[in-house]
Amino acid sequence: MLKKISLTVNGKLCSGEVESRTLLAHFLRDGLRLTGTHLGCVVGRCGACTVLWNGAPVKSCMVFAVQAAGDDIVTVEGLAQDKRLHPLQEAFWKNDAVECGYCTPGMLMSAYGLLDKRIKPTEKDIERAISGNLCRCTGYGNIVAAIKEAALNFTK
Amino acid sequence: MYPAAFEYLKARSVRDAIAFLKQHGDDAKLLAGGQSLVPMMKLRVARPKVLIDIHRIADLNYIREESGAIRLGAMTRHVQIEESSLIREKIPMLAEAASKIADTQVRNRGTIGGALVQADPCGDYGAVVLALNAQMKCVGQRGDRVIPATDFFTFAYSTALETDEILTEIVMPLPDKCSAGVYLKLEKVAGDFAIASAAVQLSLDSGGACNEVGIGVTGAGMVPQKALAVESLLRGKTMSSALIDQAGQLIQESAEPIEDLRGSAAYKKKALGAILRRAIREALQRADARKPS
Repeated sequence: MLKKISLTVNGKLCSGEVESRTLLAHFLRDGLRLTGTHLGCVVGRCGACTVLWNGAPVKSCMVFAVQAAGDDIVTVEGLAQDKRLHPLQEAFWKNDAVECGYCTPGMLMSAYGLLDKRIKPTEKDIERAISGNLCRCTGYGNIVAAIKEAALNFTK
Repeated sequence: MYPAAFEYLKARSVRDAIAFLKQHGDDAKLLAGGQSLVPMMKLRVARPKVLIDIHRIADLNYIREESGAIRLGAMTRHVQIEESSLIREKIPMLAEAASKIADTQVRNRGTIGGALVQADPCGDYGAVVLALNAQMKCVGQRGDRVIPATDFFTFAYSTALETDEILTEIVMPLPDKCSAGVYLKLEKVAGDFAIASAAVQLSLDSGGACNEVGIGVTGAGMVPQKALAVESLLRGKTMSSALIDQAGQLIQESAEPIEDLRGSAAYKKKALGAILRRAIREALQRADARKPS
């Protein structure tokens, strides 16, 4: 049985019909065609599907779409504005924090959640914030450096 | 990766949830933060026909101090516990345990009530509620009741809750002012379930002898355990290295860990002894700074 849901995604009110068992990740990718949110393991271990749920990073493969009805979701597509990269994305680009790029959307959303919370994170804070995101290229050093740099001039 | 189909019901109040439970009986399962249940459903280890979502019941999300205890609504999320200034000040070991659960994303969504009822043998809150002698408030069709932490965990992934009952509140009696606590966990990788963990709360009298003491451990068997024998060993005694070693030995001998990918039973016994010794030392150091002069 399909259920109608409405939620705000990247500032826009969106609606769609989903089965109860549809994961938020699948609704975003298949329903709304926002394929920036990546699916890695789909069992909650890799963090590639991380999105902001009411401002906090969560793994969208660990939430059913029906549970997010009425909520505010931000995906990686919501970061760039007017075709300009968000400073956090810019910092990833400048620091070569992207290798194959598969983990990048999740890393960006976890980093965004951290920077949104505190202005000057320590390296430890950064490592902790992305400990739920796996980079199989193991390029963590550059990712941490990028987030550190982005923290210096972070604005929503 | 899809779970088996189910009917989704959103409960707006505890009363709603109890009515849904009554209606659907054993076919139903409560959904809190879903950070264990959703993956279990995807792997089809769990296949509830009806899912009752209680995650957003606002009345179940609070942290407050009231008549000598900290009261937490069951749907309070790990991140709220980790960041609560009240908890950090009054029961630091609880904030420490919350901060060591999985990763940021899971802590943003998972709840203390959900984690306790999940009753994973290697979960983090079990040792803490046992060390602090917490009380679990439950509501069901036949009314309310309180389950002491010591009676709550019945087996791996099983609790004393009836199928028509909901855990609504966790009551943690406030430790004495000069008491100090610590939660330590040994994990294979950051955010994994514990190989062994220990929660130790203790106070010292002016002479430096151990006064009050509460200890809970994970990794000693199918359920988190209250280390009663270790508590009695330490109570009233002047603390020394030899005594701490004896405490580690005692827990090691009584532990019956389960061999798995995180280690052999022999290794886990030693790990538990070591983590308990470390936790006692750390708690002592903290308590020493607070002891009455």
